[in-house]
Amino acid sequence: MTQAALNRMPADAEVVATPAVIEVRELVTHYGPREILHSINLDIRQGEIMVIMGGSGSGKSTLLNALLGLLRPTSGSVRILGQDLNAITDVERTKLRQKTGVAFQGGALFSSLNVLENIMLPLREHTRLDKSTMQIMARMKMQVVSLAGFEALMPAELSGGMIKRAALARAIVMDPRILFCDEPSAGLDPVVSSAIDDLILSLREAMGMSIVVVTHELESAFKIADRICVLDKGHILTIGTVDEVRNSKNERIQNLLNRRTEAEILDPDEYLRRLTGAGK
Amino acid sequence: MLARVGDHMERMGRSAAAGIAEFGLGAVLFAQSIYWIIIGHRRSQPVRIHATFERCMEVGIRAVPIITLMSLTIGIMLAIQGIYSLRVFGAEEQVVLGIGMSVVREFGPLITGILVAGRTGSSLAARIGTMRISQEIDALSVMGINPVRFIVAPALIAMVVMVPALTFWSSIVMLTGAGWYIGIDLGMSAAAYIERLTEIVKIGDVWHGLGKSVLFGILITLVGVINGTLVSGGAEGVGKMTTRSVVISICAIIVTDMIFAFIATRS
Repeated sequence: MTQAALNRMPADAEVVATPAVIEVRELVTHYGPREILHSINLDIRQGEIMVIMGGSGSGKSTLLNALLGLLRPTSGSVRILGQDLNAITDVERTKLRQKTGVAFQGGALFSSLNVLENIMLPLREHTRLDKSTMQIMARMKMQVVSLAGFEALMPAELSGGMIKRAALARAIVMDPRILFCDEPSAGLDPVVSSAIDDLILSLREAMGMSIVVVTHELESAFKIADRICVLDKGHILTIGTVDEVRNSKNERIQNLLNRRTEAEILDPDEYLRRLTGAGK
Repeated sequence: MLARVGDHMERMGRSAAAGIAEFGLGAVLFAQSIYWIIIGHRRSQPVRIHATFERCMEVGIRAVPIITLMSLTIGIMLAIQGIYSLRVFGAEEQVVLGIGMSVVREFGPLITGILVAGRTGSSLAARIGTMRISQEIDALSVMGINPVRFIVAPALIAMVVMVPALTFWSSIVMLTGAGWYIGIDLGMSAAAYIERLTEIVKIGDVWHGLGKSVLFGILITLVGVINGTLVSGGAEGVGKMTTRSVVISICAIIVTDMIFAFIATRS
């Protein structure tokens, strides 16, 4: 681990002192009859970068959706900045959402608006600033994500990396206290992907926000994380610092880190049943 | 055998339940749209006038050429058929009676409704479906922007304003087309035709047509939005739901038309 990364890591005393901005307690979610997350407990602290990591189908997207309030949990609670996401009124939720920003995997930029209008949208909807002030604020954020000069382009004209940058700019335009990033480096080449990681780190340095990153990219996770939460089949395998996760003795974590697939142990009867499609 | 019947029953039950759920969704969307139109300002989340105007342009103004063309053609067609069938009784002069009533009360709203369903209902479903797939709807929600206020309410206002306006225009063009043909075929002067029309068509008939078209506008919007929100499974899903939206809109329009006509002619 680099010296810079060591400096980033909160000292133990700080850890106790900094309150959690996100508290997840006994969270259970279902998709139809299938249980996806099995009583998840997770705290994310002020100013830290928490990476939620796991393979496909591990439930990391489901967890993110539950944190964003897009998915109602079956039981358990999600508290964002001290407020229970599923117990507050619509007005309170709208206010709360102005303090959080989300950069979606595909960007989710509005295709009918250009880049500048996309980034200005939260300001336009939630503030009473005049148009020129909003434009200046949006341009400042575009500068932060190194996208200055591309204001007039439409989302369809952007490259993959530019879409991610624009999505990040839109997510931070209201100066949120918590930033969520869904797969920020997925589908990008290694250079661009590394630049996005640097951008996330610099955002935390500059704005002091807590950042939750959902990713399956190991390299990216190790680079940016203060702590990593490893999800597998809807359970949290471990939550720890980069070194703790890396040196974990847990077989499943090691499989994930070494990109080993787990051989499925199947008894002959079960195999026969699957082939014939019986017992459905 | 018994198991198969059971399967069929279950499937029927499921689709019936899904159908009822869609009705419920429609009612909720409608109620929420009205809520945001009325309350939005007080919660400093108004339905944007700019977005509404944009929708009006798309729904109304850009549909004028095709509506004009269709209406003119149908007007002429009605005159041709009317004169042809009335000639059997030697009552060609009465063609104005039939055309005046049927255009203002039926053909105007129906043709406009069907065209708008094909043009706007489908684009609404496709737009919302695509936005759902690309997580734009989720993005709106997490930004604290209510998607119903942002997308559905402007579309609903635009439809409620523009479909009657288009219907009115369509009726006028149809009557013009019919008048033109009648003038050529029967030698009736424009002044005589207009005088005859004003005798026959009462203001109540115009309201009947326009009232219906407001209902059509609401129906097309809700069907489009519901199908858009039900999109799943990528581009193919969007295509499927867009088609479904047009088919259901047109069916809904025709059934509503019949019910409306029945109720309106009783009272």
